[in-house]
Amino acid sequence: MDNPVTHASDFFGDHAVESTKMLGRSLGNRVLTGLCITLSFAAMIPLASILFLVFKNGLPLLGWDLFTQLPPAAGMTGGGFGNAVIGTLVMVGLGLGLSAPPALLAALYICEYHPGGRLAGTVRFVAKLLTGIPSIICGVFAFAAVVLVTGKFSALAGGVALAVLMLPTILLTSEQALLGVQRTYREASYGLGATRFQTIFRVVLPEAMPAVMTGIMLAVARAAGETAPLIFTALFSQFWMSSLMEPTASLSVLIYNFSTMPFEYQVKMAWTASLVLVLLVTATNVTAQLVFGKKH
Amino acid sequence: MTTGAASADGIQGGRAHRGPDLFQWLCRAGAVASVAVLGWILWEVFQQARPALEELGLGFLTGANWQPNRDRYGVLPFLVGTTATALIALLIAFPPGLAIAIFLSEDFLPRPARQFVRFVVELLASIPSVIYGLWGIFVVIPLVQSLGTWVSERFGHIPLLSGPAYGNSLLTAGLVLALMVLPTITAISRSALVAVPQTLREGAYALGATRWEAILGVIIPTAAPGIVAATILALGRAMGETMAVAMLIGNSSRLSWSLFAPSGTLASLLANQFGEASGMQIAALMYAALVLVALTLLVNFAGEAVLRYTERRTAGIR
Repeated sequence: MDNPVTHASDFFGDHAVESTKMLGRSLGNRVLTGLCITLSFAAMIPLASILFLVFKNGLPLLGWDLFTQLPPAAGMTGGGFGNAVIGTLVMVGLGLGLSAPPALLAALYICEYHPGGRLAGTVRFVAKLLTGIPSIICGVFAFAAVVLVTGKFSALAGGVALAVLMLPTILLTSEQALLGVQRTYREASYGLGATRFQTIFRVVLPEAMPAVMTGIMLAVARAAGETAPLIFTALFSQFWMSSLMEPTASLSVLIYNFSTMPFEYQVKMAWTASLVLVLLVTATNVTAQLVFGKKH
Repeated sequence: MTTGAASADGIQGGRAHRGPDLFQWLCRAGAVASVAVLGWILWEVFQQARPALEELGLGFLTGANWQPNRDRYGVLPFLVGTTATALIALLIAFPPGLAIAIFLSEDFLPRPARQFVRFVVELLASIPSVIYGLWGIFVVIPLVQSLGTWVSERFGHIPLLSGPAYGNSLLTAGLVLALMVLPTITAISRSALVAVPQTLREGAYALGATRWEAILGVIIPTAAPGIVAATILALGRAMGETMAVAMLIGNSSRLSWSLFAPSGTLASLLANQFGEASGMQIAALMYAALVLVALTLLVNFAGEAVLRYTERRTAGIR
């Protein structure tokens, strides 16, 4: 009873009324805090359920054969998804190769050359808008620009779709990375007589590299899990990949195709592919965070 | 950074600059290319959609029939489905999303607990859409099926809850979407809450406010534009989300009032039909894609605008 709160209400006269009010306020406070904490930890439930099911249903089939064999035909058992793993790696690599150079150059332009200019403002804004474009639209674009032009579904079309998806992410994270380099570094470099080009390549980029790599890896992790841009650009294939100009399997499209099949084995394989994909994506993310964490 | 570059220009003077700075031009080209990508996307989609635009006109948006085998294309059911699933997702995700944002920006529990919750939310954001879909098929669909049957038997006279209840339904898609946009709401709201100046909070405490009186009376109102922006951007994300929805919504083109009826969204329509489309159907799908791009660009534009306004406003308070 001897706490400052009751003393404060004494001061206002009507002791009984004030202290009930006080009690109500502190009770309300506790209820809301409890609710807030409960809701925060409730977010764990669906995540735990997803991860539990992915591991429980995915682990039984996990083995080396999965990575060296081709997917089984509908209704058959056995086999693996080696071609889908390769397809995913190739298309993500292609997307990275197509998107990283222009994204990095653009980031350098808006940070190092004309940060306050009109083009820089436009680039930032457009990049933000691009991150908001649904991933399936990247697929629609690649369908129009590559599939309709070349006349066939291909890994190239899938790579182009993923490139469009990755471009704004890499651009914006690289910009942040470059902004993180202290101004004094640049000034010191110029003070020593370096040109802007030398400053960028000898001072700014080496300093910003870990953060740039983090951004790139986050983009890679996201692209590896994407299905929508691939579903009607790369399509799917039962066979090993032999060129960039043919339909190509990917892990994510395999999950989509197999999950809706009426065969138990195929569904199990979808779960195993999910496990592989989750491990792949999480490993990439964690590596990215670690690389970034070390530097800062 | 601006001043750094500008003063550097002055310092640089005497040395170097043998010939034009080629690398600068390369960088500029990269910048222009990045901007051009958006234009290229819009142009390609528009170009491919033209036959449908010319033939169907605005009737495309109000037509309620989508029957490719009869060359009838009306996108209304999918527009309704897109809006409905996105709204359901936001209604469900907003309260916990904001609660988590508050939890992360306050010190209810020690730091490790907050870091753990943050990690959980980030992990939710990193799970691929197609895995949400797979999980939804085996967990959410049976759940909604039994819940829907129970509810529609008792409250079936309300159109929104009428039967027969399907597992592949509007509600299923909305529920899983809610989970998928939760990280967006949390992340952006959190940065808006953290950006509220400490002095405002201290002022509220000094006036005798309890913690929640300060949160509800001072901090949230100050951060409101940022929270609104978070909601708008989450809406944009929910409208464009494809795979999980395509796997869970039932992909019906029939209009229905019921939460427990199969439906379709623009994105799920594209995912389902593009692979096997030809001729006029491609043009119609491109038209649908154009509508989807226009909608999401509009929503994201609004979200970004609000976010910019917030930044300027909080900068003023400081």
